[in-house]
Amino acid sequence: MENSVIHDETHPNKANGFIQSATIAIQDITLQTALDRGTTRAVNNRVTAMAETTDAAALRQQGRAARLRALRRLPDLLEQLEEKLTARGITVLWATDGDECNAHVVDIARKHNVHKIAKGKSMATEETKLNHALEAAGLEVIETDLGEFIIQIAHETPSHIVFPILHKTKEQVRDLFAEHLHMVPSDDPQALTAAARVYMRHQFIEADMGITGANFAIAETGNLAIVTNEGNGRMCSSLPRVHVAVVGIEKVIETVDDFGTLVQLLTRSATGQRLTTYVHLMGGPARPEDPDGPEAMYVILLDNGRSHIHSTEYAEALACIRCGACLNTCPVYQNVGGHAYGWVYPGPIGAIVTPLMTGIHNAAPLPFASSLCGSCKSACPVDIDIPDMLLKLRGDLVKDGDTDPIMTAGIKGWAMAMQSPLIYSMSGAAARLVTRSMAGKDGTLHRLPGMLGNWTKNRDFPPFAPKSFHQLYQERQKAKQANTGHSEKDAAHHEQS
Amino acid sequence: MTETIHPPVKGKRVSLFVTCIVDMIYPGTGLSTLEVLERLGVTVDFPEAQTCCGQMGFNAGYRADAKDVAKHFITTFKDAEVIVAPSGSCVSMVRHFYPELFADDPEWHERMEHIVSITWELTEFIVDGLGITDVGTVLDRPVTVAMHDACHGLRSLNLNHQPRALLENVKQLEFVELPGANQCCGFGGLFAIKMPDISGAMLNDKIKAIDSTEADMIVTCDASCLTQINGGLSRKGSPKRTVHIADVLAGRIDPDGK
Repeated sequence: MENSVIHDETHPNKANGFIQSATIAIQDITLQTALDRGTTRAVNNRVTAMAETTDAAALRQQGRAARLRALRRLPDLLEQLEEKLTARGITVLWATDGDECNAHVVDIARKHNVHKIAKGKSMATEETKLNHALEAAGLEVIETDLGEFIIQIAHETPSHIVFPILHKTKEQVRDLFAEHLHMVPSDDPQALTAAARVYMRHQFIEADMGITGANFAIAETGNLAIVTNEGNGRMCSSLPRVHVAVVGIEKVIETVDDFGTLVQLLTRSATGQRLTTYVHLMGGPARPEDPDGPEAMYVILLDNGRSHIHSTEYAEALACIRCGACLNTCPVYQNVGGHAYGWVYPGPIGAIVTPLMTGIHNAAPLPFASSLCGSCKSACPVDIDIPDMLLKLRGDLVKDGDTDPIMTAGIKGWAMAMQSPLIYSMSGAAARLVTRSMAGKDGTLHRLPGMLGNWTKNRDFPPFAPKSFHQLYQERQKAKQANTGHSEKDAAHHEQS
Repeated sequence: MTETIHPPVKGKRVSLFVTCIVDMIYPGTGLSTLEVLERLGVTVDFPEAQTCCGQMGFNAGYRADAKDVAKHFITTFKDAEVIVAPSGSCVSMVRHFYPELFADDPEWHERMEHIVSITWELTEFIVDGLGITDVGTVLDRPVTVAMHDACHGLRSLNLNHQPRALLENVKQLEFVELPGANQCCGFGGLFAIKMPDISGAMLNDKIKAIDSTEADMIVTCDASCLTQINGGLSRKGSPKRTVHIADVLAGRIDPDGK
């Protein structure tokens, strides 16, 4: 596998520190409170909203088919999209990586004499670290999604792809707002939102340029779609003079019909809503007869490793509609939160996308950050087989030699024993001797040596049984034969007498 | 993943695959499986060359080694009419991942497909295969039990109503639902060793749920979850224990003596 597609020095990928970060996260009581509240609510909302549909299974398969169809025709659809967007007076730019994307945005800002930018929520621009590039170019950027705004003033990164501040409690937001918005400290969500709203209103009015992402790009019509609950996406895309949308190339779908299917899967799976408060379809800059809208609109189609993924056996990962359901339902995510994953996309889908986009050896622990429980696949609105892809990535790591030598030796020994009934029973006998001699008074093992000590860190282990099933079965068969023998003799005896 | 079409099983001889963990650590559960099947009039044999399905190596990413072990499994059970195992996880390995392991191997493909089509998990075999939900079990004392759904059984074999139907027909047994019954216990094979803190945190969530129920014991269809959960209960000093469903169906609810 190709090594790193993305070279990012300002925000390096920290995925290789996953185990250490996870351990710290598990011990962070405030984080655990926030995770419990956030993920429990999100899971319940999704389950309720999906159960409301007449046939959730059929809807999912319809959504899956729409996404897979679009991915199969990706190059064609992108050409069609470009044509339709251009016909709407939108300038289409292509970016192979984050740097090129950021350079496009800076160029556009300079061309239109932009000073201040209002930005809507966009994971693609988290990938490219666009805010850094803009600030380095002397531009002022304000995140206008409430969660992203809080992240910005806290100098953090999002820990969830839908709820950027899932890791934060409202008490922490109270302190941040008291400091940055100079409001009287309050942890009432309504008071906090109201304060942010007043602040944000000025930002929208002053901004020369708006930047958004897109949830879907409809090839048939050349519309971009975004779903929001705050209306900030609509403000960013209609109020400032210039609007730039940064769109991952995998966001393209074929038709408006597909949009109808996918948008409800997205909102039901992401927030448990039938539809979000705003469903915004964008169709280009203001025409002469329009009362408002931007003077100029740009769409940057971002590759950043996506076409590489498209060419591999992991192409299905691109079907993801970024609803976050797999994060919420994942017992690993629920316990460690998003930051531990070390890059932009956390949770089960992140454990696939991060190795694929940043190089598998730069994210080697992530494919193993799963008990393979399959909850992610069950929750996924487009039925992506996440566990299978995690398993394949593990296979790639082993094939590439990115393994622990002790683990490799252990597995080689295991494979040898499991192919030979003799070695199998001999190693079983040895393990029986050792484990039975180590067992405590309660009959369990409290401390195992070496790597196995990781088990007994927080669990006891049962010793091997005095006799294997193989032995018990042989004894049972012998007893049976002896019995049959006896009864045959008895029967013969009876007949004789 | 493709749907497996099983040939009918009634009247066929069953070859028992006890699984390596039951063989070595919980042989009593193997005997329980055998007894329950025989009680239902099934002829059972035990191919003695059997070892393991290969899942451990497969999940760790060692596909070539796992394939070697899978070949041993396929060879060992080549004469089987039906294979039954008291583990949803091992059956899921055979049913869903053998096809992946042997996808580009014409030499083994046919044998593999045959094995896949005749392999069943115990409760699935009894309920879906034989059409039986009451195996005639009477416990020697009244107990309240809750069930922990093992992940691979639940999500990859759709085992949900089968074990519950069997438990509900056991006399002297009261069934209660475990909150978050379908939430993973954190075992995950080598995951438990590679990421013990996360595995332990997931186990804590499970133990909290167990503590919140009135159940005297927890029933599960997989010895691996049982090892994880009992390891945690024992470490925390809880009197509750997890018991394999085969033992419950055999009426052996105090399997500590093995």
